[in-house]
Amino acid sequence: MSEASTSSAPASPASKPAAPSGIKRWWNSWVSPWRLKSLGILGMNCRNHDFIAAYNPRSLFPLVDNKLKTKLLAEEYEVATPKLFFVVNVQHEIAHIEDKLMALEAFAIKPAKGSGGKGILVIIGRKGDKFIKSSGVEITIEDIKRHMTNALAGLYSLGGKPDVVIVEDLIQFDDYFKDYSYEGVPDIRIIIFKGYPVMAMLRLATHKSDGKANLHQGAVGVGLDIATGRALNAVQHSKPVTHHPDTKRELKEIQIADWRSWLLLASKCYEMTGLGYIGTDLVLDKTRGAQLLELNARPGLAIQVANGRGLLPRLRHIESLKERMHRTAEQRVDYVMKTFNADGL
Amino acid sequence: MKKPSRAPFYTVIGILALFGLITAWMRHVQMEIPFTPGVQKPVWLIEARIDFDATGEPVTARLGLPDNPPGFRSFSEQAAAPGYGYSVVTENAVRRGEWSKRDAQGPQTIYYKTQFIDVQDEAALATQLEQPQVAHVDWDGPSQETAAQQVLDTALARSSNPQSLTRELIKQFSNDNLDQNAALLLSAQTDRSALIEKLVNQAGIPARPALGLYLEDARRHQSLSRLVQVYDGKNWVLFNPSTGEQGVPENLLLWHTGGESILDVAGGNRSRVSFSMIHQTVPALDLIKAQFKESAFSVLSIQHLPIEEQSMFKLLLLLPMGALVVVFMRIIIGLKTSGTFMPILIAMAFLQTSLVLGVVSFVTVVAMGLVLRTYLSRLNLLLISRIATLVVLVIFIISALSLIGYQMGFNTGMTITFFPMIIIAWTIERMSILWEEEGPKEVMVQGGGSLLVAVLAYALMQLPLVGHLTFNFPELNLVALALIMLMGQYTGYKLSELRRFRAMVDNVEKKGAES
Repeated sequence: MSEASTSSAPASPASKPAAPSGIKRWWNSWVSPWRLKSLGILGMNCRNHDFIAAYNPRSLFPLVDNKLKTKLLAEEYEVATPKLFFVVNVQHEIAHIEDKLMALEAFAIKPAKGSGGKGILVIIGRKGDKFIKSSGVEITIEDIKRHMTNALAGLYSLGGKPDVVIVEDLIQFDDYFKDYSYEGVPDIRIIIFKGYPVMAMLRLATHKSDGKANLHQGAVGVGLDIATGRALNAVQHSKPVTHHPDTKRELKEIQIADWRSWLLLASKCYEMTGLGYIGTDLVLDKTRGAQLLELNARPGLAIQVANGRGLLPRLRHIESLKERMHRTAEQRVDYVMKTFNADGL
Repeated sequence: MKKPSRAPFYTVIGILALFGLITAWMRHVQMEIPFTPGVQKPVWLIEARIDFDATGEPVTARLGLPDNPPGFRSFSEQAAAPGYGYSVVTENAVRRGEWSKRDAQGPQTIYYKTQFIDVQDEAALATQLEQPQVAHVDWDGPSQETAAQQVLDTALARSSNPQSLTRELIKQFSNDNLDQNAALLLSAQTDRSALIEKLVNQAGIPARPALGLYLEDARRHQSLSRLVQVYDGKNWVLFNPSTGEQGVPENLLLWHTGGESILDVAGGNRSRVSFSMIHQTVPALDLIKAQFKESAFSVLSIQHLPIEEQSMFKLLLLLPMGALVVVFMRIIIGLKTSGTFMPILIAMAFLQTSLVLGVVSFVTVVAMGLVLRTYLSRLNLLLISRIATLVVLVIFIISALSLIGYQMGFNTGMTITFFPMIIIAWTIERMSILWEEEGPKEVMVQGGGSLLVAVLAYALMQLPLVGHLTFNFPELNLVALALIMLMGQYTGYKLSELRRFRAMVDNVEKKGAES
C-alpha cells in the first residue's frame, strides 16, 4: 500500500556535488520537523492515520481501486468520464482482440486495479499494422496482447491479484494545454476532503516522463489557486521551474478556464464514493469538457510541493466545520473558493 | 486534534508492555531464568559411594537420601550400580534409594550422584504439620539416670526455651566445664549427639538425630556428621553437638534426618558409605530445564518442548524483533523496501547462513535472476508461469552457487538454500517490473532499502542477548508488540520526509524573500 502511495512522490534528488563543507552541506539538506509543522506540511504517517484511516472506510476502497467500478459509478452519478469501449475479463478474449482494436483509432488500455499509473498504455493512432504510443514509439499487436495478458494476471494490481482490462476512449485534449504538455495528456489532481476541494495541481507530461503525468517520473507539477484556477508555482523533481522544459512555455500564465466546473466535478466524487479523503484526477477533453479520469484513495503528498504550501491547515479547517454545513457540491465549492485563496488559508 | 479513542488504546499498550515485563520479571525471580545468556550457576556435585561385601544372597541396599535440605535445592540425581535395580521409595516421610539384585558375590560398589544448587530461601523451611512425638528415653542403670537428671536440671534452670536448653546442655558437655555428671554420661555414651538428643527428649521436647555433610570443594571419602535437631514448637532447629552452633551453617547439607539408619544392606556385610564432592558450574538454563516442571510459570517455558520444536520456536520468536525493525525503518525512518516483510525473511535467511555469505549470495541470486528475467520477458509467458519459471531458475541458481561454494571450500554453501525461493522469485519479478517502469535507480533504492533493513534486522536478531530473551522470555514479545502498535500511532514526519520537503521549504522561503 505504501509503495503505491509513495509512487507519485518525487524521489529526493541525490545531491551529489561535493562541496568543501560536505558535512555542513549534508546537514543543510535536512529540515527540522518543527519547521515542516509550522508550514502545515502533511506527512505520510499523518495522512495515513489521521485522514485515510479515519475518513476512508476500507469497504469503499474497491470503488476507487477498481477503475471499472469507478467508471460505472461515475456513469450512474452522471459524472463525466471517458467513454468505456469494452472490458477484457479473461485470457481467451485476448486471442481475438485484434478485431475490436482495429475498429478504434485511439484508445487507452488500463488495468482496472492498477495504481499510480502502472500498466496504462495509451495508443494515439495507427500506422499500418503498428500502433503508435503517446510517446511516438510504435508497437505491434503482440505487444498489446502481452501487455493485456500481464495486466489480467495481476502484474499491475495491488498484491498481484487477477485483474480485468478496460479499454476506454482516449481524451482528445484541449488545445489550451497543447503548448504546456509534451507527448501526453495533462491532468488536474484535486484533493477532495469531506467533499471540499482543498488543493489542486496541474500535472504536465514532459519528454522525461514518457508522456505520463506522474511527478516522480519527471512530470511538471503546477500548483493551482483553488479560488481562481491560476498557476501559483511550478516544480519539476521538487525544484522550482518557470517554463515547461520541452515546450518552453511560461507556466505562470496558466489559467484554467471555467475553474468552478472542475471543482464541482471533483467535489461530486465525494457523494459518489463516500470516501472522505480522495485525490481526483481530471482531464479536459476538447469537446466534452472536464472529465473524471480516475480516483485515488491514497493521494500522494507531492501536491504540497507543487503548491508550495502544506495541506494540514486546510484539512484541519474543514474538520472544524460543522457537519452538514454545506449540503451540496455547489455550496462546498463556493465556500472553498471564498475561503481558500493564494494568500489566505 | 486528540481523538477520544486514544486513551483506551494507550491503556492497552501499557497493559501489554507491563504484563510482558512483569511476567518476565516474575519468571526471572521465581524460576531464576537469567536475563543474560551464558550465566553459570554454582552447583555441588555430591557422590555417595556405598561399599559392601555381598554374601551371595539377594541384596537390598537402602540409603537415606536428602529431601529438600534447607539452603539447597536438588537439581539432578542419578544412581549408578551395574546390574542393580534402583528405585526411590518414601516411607515414614523419609526418602530412600533402594538398590536390589538377585545374587551378588564379593565386594560391591554403588554410586549415587546428586547435584545441589545453593538457594537463599529460608522461608522454604518446611514447617512441621503435626506435633512430633517425644521419644522414650532409657538410661543404663540408676547412676546414669541420676546424672542425666542433674545435668538436665542445671540446664533447665539456666534456660527458657528449647533452644537455650539445648545450648546449655551442649555447653555442659564441652571440655572446659565438664562436671562429673557430664563426664559420667560421656563415659557411657561417647556420641554427644545421641546424648543431647536423649536429654532433650527427657525434658519433654522432641529431638531427633540428623546427619549432615560439610561441603568443601574436591573432598573425597567424607563421612556424615552427626547433629541434633530439636523441635522448638514450630520448626526443627539444628544444633551442632560439639560446638553448640545453632541453625544450618552455609556449607552444611542436611542429608538425612530422623532416627532411621542412613544405610542398611541386606545380603551384605561390612557396608559403609562415603561421600565425595566437587563444586562445579553449570549453565543456569540447564537448571531450569531440570526443575520447575510443575510451576505455573513454566507453562511459558519453551524448554519443555521437544528439541525439534524448540529450534523452530527459537526462530519464530525472533520474528517480532525483525518486524519491529521493519516497522521502525518504514514508519519512523521512511525507508523504501520492496515488499513489506521481505526484509525479515531475508534476515532470517542470514541467520542461517552468515551475514557476508548471505548478502553476497542474495545479491548474486537476485542479479542473476534479473538477467534471466530479462530474457524471460521476451518469451511472452503468462505471469504465473513466468514466476513459476523464475522459482525453478532460482532453485537452479542457488544449487549452482552451493556446488561452486562447496568446490571452493565454503562448507556453508549449502545453507543458502534457507532463502525462501518463492519470495526471491517474486522479488526478482517485482524488481524487473520496477526496472522497466521506473528505471534502475528505483530498483537500487528499493533493493538497497530491503537489504539495509534486512541487515539491521539480522544485526538485532543475531545478538545472543536478544535470542536469549525472546526464547526464554517469550512474553517479552508483548513489549515488542506494544512498541509496534505504538509506532502504528505515530503521525509525525518520517526522517526521510525531513529531506523530501527540504526543497519545498527552500522554495517557499525564496518566494517569501522575493516578495
